Amino acid sequence: MGYKLPGTPLKRAEFEKAFKVEDKPEAKYAWAAGQALSRFLEELKNGRIVGRRCRNCGKILIPPRMYCEHCFRPTGEWVYVRPVGRIVTAVVSYIAATRERLEKPEVIGIVEFEDAPGSGIFHRLNIDPELVISRKAFGMRVKAVWKPPKEREGSINDILYFEPVGEGEG
Amino acid sequence: MKTNIYVKRRVAVVGAGLTLFRRRMLETPKELAWEAAKMALDWAGLELDDVDAVVIGSAPDAFDGVHMKGEYLADGSGGWGRPTMRVYVGGGTGVFTPIAGWWHVASGLFDVVLVVAEEKMSPAQPHPQFVFKHIWDPILERPLNPNLIWIFAMEMHRYMYKYNVRKEDIALVSVKNKRNALDHPAAQLAAKITVEDVLNSEVLVYPVQRLDISPVTDGAAALVMVSEKVARRITDSPVWVEGVGWALDSTQWTNRELAYPKYVEVAARMAYRMAGINNPRKEIDVAEVYDPFDYKELHHMEGLMLARKGEAPILTREGVTERDGDLPVNPSGGLLGVGNPIAAAGLMKVAEIFWQLRGEAGGRQVKKPAYTGLAQAWGDLMQAGTVIVMRAG
Ligand SMILES: [Zn+2]
Repeated sequence: MGYKLPGTPLKRAEFEKAFKVEDKPEAKYAWAAGQALSRFLEELKNGRIVGRRCRNCGKILIPPRMYCEHCFRPTGEWVYVRPVGRIVTAVVSYIAATRERLEKPEVIGIVEFEDAPGSGIFHRLNIDPELVISRKAFGMRVKAVWKPPKEREGSINDILYFEPVGEGEG
Repeated sequence: MKTNIYVKRRVAVVGAGLTLFRRRMLETPKELAWEAAKMALDWAGLELDDVDAVVIGSAPDAFDGVHMKGEYLADGSGGWGRPTMRVYVGGGTGVFTPIAGWWHVASGLFDVVLVVAEEKMSPAQPHPQFVFKHIWDPILERPLNPNLIWIFAMEMHRYMYKYNVRKEDIALVSVKNKRNALDHPAAQLAAKITVEDVLNSEVLVYPVQRLDISPVTDGAAALVMVSEKVARRITDSPVWVEGVGWALDSTQWTNRELAYPKYVEVAARMAYRMAGINNPRKEIDVAEVYDPFDYKELHHMEGLMLARKGEAPILTREGVTERDGDLPVNPSGGLLGVGNPIAAAGLMKVAEIFWQLRGEAGGRQVKKPAYTGLAQAWGDLMQAGTVIVMRAG
């Protein structure tokens, strides 16, 4: 392959000057949350975590599904779980969704619920970034901290974040 | 899951084509597709009139910002007026496209298939990271305003924690691949860098730093895949597709163990069974493993059973995966060095194995004799694995 490949790269300044057409799609959607997640969001508003238990394999699925993808059968029942779990992974974000630097880094991770082994969700974690970098955060016991009831709207953001469970607590 | 591993019609790759991989290309997606497709046909010594069908691969439409990208790319890919389809499995698309090309021929439907993959990542403004927001679950994940890198950082850190992997060893992958890319004529980010450079680069989402990640890239790649009858007529050195495999895991990624890509193993086992490979670590001579992030090369080597769980960083530290090592991995320079126009990057890997097995890789040619090679890609919400095994004829 001793020859030159086709293609015309443009430097940033050349791209600025190049013939271009710009468009910003104004797409807006409204998604119905479905059978399982509608109930999940309603319970978040009540300050509770609800899952679906599969009567075949016994797993509690969170986020809840009306079907168990392992057994491919309907899940049978709703079960409440305590909003307490362990951190299985955590990271420190220094950038926003749009790639700009954040003034204050954000910690995010997956929390596996104690009452539902194998079922976790990802959310913000209110812990010191140093605990993430030192990996001490892994396995840490955390609980959900909720918005005040009046401010809840049936959203994953009704949980503000998860934070460490204090000594002798729940 | 049962697979017929005794497919009787053999399929050969007889030509490959590539454009430059760069950020901000003047060419439209169609023009890039045309350049790669024409080069692949020239390599094979064939004309468009010889082509029976076309398979196009491209990742989400949102990247190029053009809807119906398969139809859009069709004329630049030689797909006009003949059976043409587009396939898609996220980042796994680049290897899935020649898998689809393979079944077009292996089924007996067609003798000559042109396989084209294209992606332009640079049109999305101000940065394509934001376009990736649309891959997250709309009900529970998007309201948290995630950055794409979060999900990979979570997987990378879980992997590091589970197998006690140091960042220094992961950085070696980036150093190796960017250095390998110095010999690749398409390469965007070929460079001599050090582990310190990686560790000192901007921290985006700890543990992911800027030099752990592949760049924003535009580019296209193409292959010509033919039946044995045609291969015997037009070339003395066909490269046979001996095994293909693909598998998907659930989008419920927070309900899975992220330290190990089980779905890559499922795909690899399917391809190995078909290719009659019992000990991949011994029988694969050269591998192009999907490396949009440096840790993914290690993660995928383990899923492909080219290393035991947690062993890939050790093999990397010992130099086993270098171009002159016992198991060269990403001699092309990979996505980290050559660039990452998603679907085209995966197909570039298959093209590299084609060139390696024909001894046509020039300065990138691996030192050991290469008879059997593998290419793999991965995508979506850390859930799609695609694998192809090829042998020199
Ligand atoms: Zn079940």
